Amino acid sequence: MTIDALEARRPPASRSAASALLWPAVLAATAILSLAPGSFLPDWAVRLPAGWKLPIAGYISVFMAWLVDQASFGLFTFRELTRGVAWLLDWPLGLAKAMLVSGFAIGQGSQAVPIAPPLPWYAVFMLGVALGWRLGGRPLALLVAGGLAYLLIFGQWASAMTTLASVLVAAPLGAAGGLLLGILCYRSPRFERALSPLLDLAQTVPVFAYLVPILFLFGFGPVSAMIATILYALPPMVRVAVVAFRAVPEEIVVLGRMTGCTRHQFTWKMLVPSARAGLMVGVNQVIMLTLNMVIIASMIGAGGLGYDVLTALRRLDIGRGLEAGLAITVLAILLDRLAQAMARQSERGRVHRKEGAGRLTGRRFWLLVLALAAALWAAAFLAPPLAVFPAEWQLSTASYWEAMVRWINVNFFDALDAFKSFVLLNLLVPVRRFMLGLPWLWVVVVVMLAGWRLGGLRLTVRVALATLFIALVGLWEPAMLTLYLCGVSVLVAAAIGIPIGIACATHRRLWKVVEIVIDTLQTLPSFVYLIPIVMLFRVGDFTAMIAIVLYAVAPAIRYTAHGVQGTAPELIEAGIANGCTRGQLLSRIRLPLAAPQILLGLNQTIMLALSMLVITALVGTRDLGQEVYIALTKADVGRGIVAGLCVAAIAIIADRLIGAGAQRLKNRLGLA
Amino acid sequence: MVTHLKRLLLTSILVLGTAVPAAQAKVESNDPIKVTLHDWTGQLISARIMGEVLKKAGYNVDYVQADYLAQFAGLKTGDLHLAMEIWATTGQEALDEGVKSGKVENLGETGMMAIEEWWYPAYMKEKCPGLPDWKAFNACAKEFATPETAPKGRYLGGPVTWGGFDEERVKALGLDYEVVHAGTDAALFAELQSAYDRKAPIVLWIYAPHWAPIKFKGEWVKFPAYEPACYTDPKWGSNPDLAYDCGKPRGPIWKAGWSGLKDKWPGAYSAIKSFKIDNDEMGALVSRVDLDGEKVEAVVDDWLAKNEARWKGWLPK
Repeated sequence: MTIDALEARRPPASRSAASALLWPAVLAATAILSLAPGSFLPDWAVRLPAGWKLPIAGYISVFMAWLVDQASFGLFTFRELTRGVAWLLDWPLGLAKAMLVSGFAIGQGSQAVPIAPPLPWYAVFMLGVALGWRLGGRPLALLVAGGLAYLLIFGQWASAMTTLASVLVAAPLGAAGGLLLGILCYRSPRFERALSPLLDLAQTVPVFAYLVPILFLFGFGPVSAMIATILYALPPMVRVAVVAFRAVPEEIVVLGRMTGCTRHQFTWKMLVPSARAGLMVGVNQVIMLTLNMVIIASMIGAGGLGYDVLTALRRLDIGRGLEAGLAITVLAILLDRLAQAMARQSERGRVHRKEGAGRLTGRRFWLLVLALAAALWAAAFLAPPLAVFPAEWQLSTASYWEAMVRWINVNFFDALDAFKSFVLLNLLVPVRRFMLGLPWLWVVVVVMLAGWRLGGLRLTVRVALATLFIALVGLWEPAMLTLYLCGVSVLVAAAIGIPIGIACATHRRLWKVVEIVIDTLQTLPSFVYLIPIVMLFRVGDFTAMIAIVLYAVAPAIRYTAHGVQGTAPELIEAGIANGCTRGQLLSRIRLPLAAPQILLGLNQTIMLALSMLVITALVGTRDLGQEVYIALTKADVGRGIVAGLCVAAIAIIADRLIGAGAQRLKNRLGLA
Repeated sequence: MVTHLKRLLLTSILVLGTAVPAAQAKVESNDPIKVTLHDWTGQLISARIMGEVLKKAGYNVDYVQADYLAQFAGLKTGDLHLAMEIWATTGQEALDEGVKSGKVENLGETGMMAIEEWWYPAYMKEKCPGLPDWKAFNACAKEFATPETAPKGRYLGGPVTWGGFDEERVKALGLDYEVVHAGTDAALFAELQSAYDRKAPIVLWIYAPHWAPIKFKGEWVKFPAYEPACYTDPKWGSNPDLAYDCGKPRGPIWKAGWSGLKDKWPGAYSAIKSFKIDNDEMGALVSRVDLDGEKVEAVVDDWLAKNEARWKGWLPK
């Protein structure tokens, strides 16, 4: 669909007659084939014969079993190596946990004897506010105070500190690892080419697919959860780092060469500091994605807020689940704003800061704050009851939320149900039937045609291989169901998101509100709103679609707003001078010029939609997400990984085709 | 052992001269026995009862939050040691696979029986008077229909991963129903809650021991009782051509553990094997937590106080 939409945007004059006829011809052939598949094509082209299927899942299972049980480097086995890594990583995690949650103790388990308490809530509160004040002045200090107060008043403090402890370890490790890989990519294009597909996989293969092998290799517990989190959160950091390094002005690179820097000096004294502002964007992504993983991490022993969300929803305690979920959002927003402030400060530069710091210089300020924190900690040591936030100061709005959902349910269910039935019967069911009816060979041909038209031979071969992989591992039907569900959801998300994005681009105040809403939607665990949606719409594809749209609409809005806003002012002025109306300005100038940016937003929307598959499997869809989930429940490593790779294949095909399309569009518009 | 050493090191750097207290009683190893906690109340109660009993016997116990199915990876490697509730109805395959690998041991029945069957709220009896007999269902198919399934009735099954042969059952018994699968049991009960609030028609897969059949008034559908032959022999039952023309089997809830448990903590092993509790007793405890809002810890402590003779009997003499 996206390709058709893309083609439609091209000015008709640039097409030759033959290529103008290509897509209508494809469309007509598709229509004929979907109406009567059996009559034109031999059976093997419609349904893949069972004998053609490759038993890849079996091979992978055998390989993983070997890797976990037998692989050895002579002196030590592979598993001993990974366990060693886990042991190393457990140190910082244990320290962070002891500081924030459990306190220091001798021994372990129920026989542990406490010797020092964790930092009490008021000390953490003070540290957070001080950091906020230092980085962003009074507004940020107030924001931090408000966020932490939410955690305290709604009784989320203890769980939030558990989650914070693991984020405080995972996020720096992810950022540092991403930075190092980014430097390697910058130095060696060959390394970058080798790493790039692995990054694609790490971002698109659902975590559930490789969870079991990770548990075997790194042990069951918070460390495994952390490693899965880092694997998921690191790729954007690498990508952002490479882009940031490339953007370092040529003069600086030349200067480095002229002054005779060693490679080490050049990297750490020139390259990294000059790219710092760009790098902070990557850090920000790492923080957001780390908090995205909180729920899954809690399933494998990380505990914290994720566990509270799961337990509450299991009891159908929607209000409690929402409060715990919002606590995750609060943490995400606080950490994000702090990191952004840090980025801004580093942009202004160190020298500047020293001059403007006023009464307290940086070092003295922190000495004072840390001394105060130590004193507060000592107070908790001497009077333990002080460290507990009084229960009578806490409150919960859980019962109101529950009452609200119940009220909507009792009063509006019939109206909602009628709407759902309408969408289901007129949109979802026909599309689903159409997608499942398509002969697999024809789909391969269409994908290849798109690849060839948009990017040439190399792209054709790549997308063809990815499509064939899906067909040959025998997951065609779940893959088409995936395509149907994600495709419809992406279209709906685009139909909602692009207009909102356009409106936001021209109305600053609206954007402020929308930004908060989409930040919340992206960090609030989707499980929190999934259950109320089930209550109102029952299980099924419609519910899954709403959940996907809610999660995936954010980039459609963000990129559109960004793109439309970024139109060069000269062009706008030229438009006004030529007498364009507001509508014409939008449709003739702003939108066409923002089209590449909007396409990239669409690309991100598709990625997020695919990443929701595992969650929608929880409301009973039958797509690749369900396949991954079933494999997890049957401890079938190979099956899970193969299904995960199919998700990745779909993501990569979409990404490459849209990327090539956006590039062509840019070239034509003279933007590249 | 590694973490043990590490904590010791970590703490001795910070505080000097704190003595490690002697273990409370003679146990085989002071390493913590890691007991898994899942996300449903019944399991939290049974895991805590077992854990607290072991603590009273002097064992070092650690509770670890873990996913019901992902925990098998930990049980196999010995990172986790004890899972108190593996339902024959939902976890049998994973358990069998673990036992076959030799790294997981089935520690016997908990005494609870997993019941699972089609279930409907009591108010449906007015709309469909023939219930709970399964034969009444076809006459009421319209009552249970939704726009997507009409004219067939809609039956909400469990997650695909639970199996259950409902599609086969519908076919073999000639029921005019469509099976729709919920993805998780949270989704399953969300639908029930929603329908119950509106007194709307619903028939779905419910299992016990669980808070739902305690909180909501309703009944199990009476299918021809399950016999092994029903699932294997088409000739059995009302439909001579198809199997599955009967209700669902009931199965025990197992205890499972790391296979090294037996050698490392023999005393704890025998106590775990002796653990027994039945459906009614568990149902009462679960409803105190889920319906009366008591804390799991409080309910468990209360149970321990009232049943001291019983759990002391589990411990080796």
